[in-house]
Amino acid sequence: MQHVFAPIFNPVNQATRRVPSWAVYALGAVPFIWLVAQLFAGQLGVDPVKAIEHQLGEYGLYFLVGGLAITPARKLLGLNLIKYRRAIGVLAALYITAHLATWLVLDIQLRWGEISADILKRPYITIGMVSFLMILPLAFTSNNLSLRKLGPLKWRNLHKLTYIAVPLAAVHFVMIVKGWQPEPLIWLGVIVALLLLRRIK
Amino acid sequence: MSFKPDLNWSDVTPKSQFMNRRQLIKGAAGAVALGSIGGAAHARGKYAVEGVDEVNSLSDITNYNNFYEFGTGKEDPARNAHTLTTDPWTVKIDGLVDRPGDYDLADILKRVNIEERIYRFRCVEAWSMVIPWNGFELNQLLNHAGIQSGAKYVAFETLLRPEEMVGQRSRTLDWPYREGLRLDEAMNPLTLMATGLYGEDLPNQNGAPLRLVVPWKYGFKSIKSIVRITLTDTQPDTSWNMTNAREYGFYSNVNPEVDHPRWSQASERKIGGGLFSSRQDTLMMNGYSEYVDSMYAGMDLRANF
Repeated sequence: MQHVFAPIFNPVNQATRRVPSWAVYALGAVPFIWLVAQLFAGQLGVDPVKAIEHQLGEYGLYFLVGGLAITPARKLLGLNLIKYRRAIGVLAALYITAHLATWLVLDIQLRWGEISADILKRPYITIGMVSFLMILPLAFTSNNLSLRKLGPLKWRNLHKLTYIAVPLAAVHFVMIVKGWQPEPLIWLGVIVALLLLRRIK
Repeated sequence: MSFKPDLNWSDVTPKSQFMNRRQLIKGAAGAVALGSIGGAAHARGKYAVEGVDEVNSLSDITNYNNFYEFGTGKEDPARNAHTLTTDPWTVKIDGLVDRPGDYDLADILKRVNIEERIYRFRCVEAWSMVIPWNGFELNQLLNHAGIQSGAKYVAFETLLRPEEMVGQRSRTLDWPYREGLRLDEAMNPLTLMATGLYGEDLPNQNGAPLRLVVPWKYGFKSIKSIVRITLTDTQPDTSWNMTNAREYGFYSNVNPEVDHPRWSQASERKIGGGLFSSRQDTLMMNGYSEYVDSMYAGMDLRANF
């Protein structure tokens, strides 16, 4: 089937044959390296811990949104980046794990009593944790062996957890800021839109 | 009980050193090892007080502020507050006082006793600093105005001047910012009207030229850039309480046993240690119990949070 945007995206689709998916991992490491460079340059302000925690969480969200955009991009634009989706998803999981680790180690500093109280009592942390716990098994099964072992049907059903985990991650962001700030709301809107676009056959 | 300092000027990092410290961190790219990025290496030892009470650098204190009149980001006030005109400055004192009127700040400063106070500062967002203020006890000013017998509370207002305070152009809060204390809290010798930091004039982002410092309460009680002080017989409205009464009480005494709905208040992260800022247990009344507990005898601190 020839897509209306084919003249634009066919060359891109062809080019992807020459770009291996590991290149996405290399590219995906750039924000992390940038963050470390800023840290060493003293550019993260008076409280670098909060800056790192926040930035890692935002990068994780960007990759989650990127992963969610692959299917609508193929369906609606004829842009086929499906071979990179696994790398994008794994990168999202890595950033989110680093975000959580920053909270646990550098921010709350492994005070387990306070950590468990926060997870149970603070809705934005509860929601963030639920999202993380959904993303975790997806990261662990993002390999060919798991796909074979689970079978494509089970594997696909498991990975539908993204449709819950990603909006929850955005809700976590909306709730964490004081008052109604535009940036997290825009991300939540984008995610809802991407989910609705999948309904279009 | 008169205030006896538990933190002294000998605890303060000499200016040459706190200036240095930033330079060091700034110049860290490549040249300096992880230790100085952590910031933990700076000025420990000689200037440290029980490890946790190290006085923050001027750079920390002036680049990490909640002053929504100049933006909601922590670094916005440092960027935006230079537009504020602080001279001349008039403070209106009214309500239940014998001598109401518009007081010129320069005249006020001639009549009060400016001293140096190093206080712990605890934000409701669960971070803290140790700050070397200069200022005078609020009770001096109130006594000068003459407190009438019916007065029970003191209300404060920040300047409302959107043309100079960029944050006031959006309705983040119901401007002007308002705060209040019970009269006995206002008269407590710990309650300071700060006019300076590190022996120099208060920087605009820290609430120049005149701000309140109530060290046993969460930081938002310590209202900045004050233009009005009113003695009343009823509890005044306070800005964060008006915004969200469930989260911000009138008293807002530092209390590790009473959680904020968004944050546990059991511990706090001391700002200024860089990547490895240590988290420490929050002290009841921010460590000032012996000076303030008697004011709350018999009160349920959970209900009156």
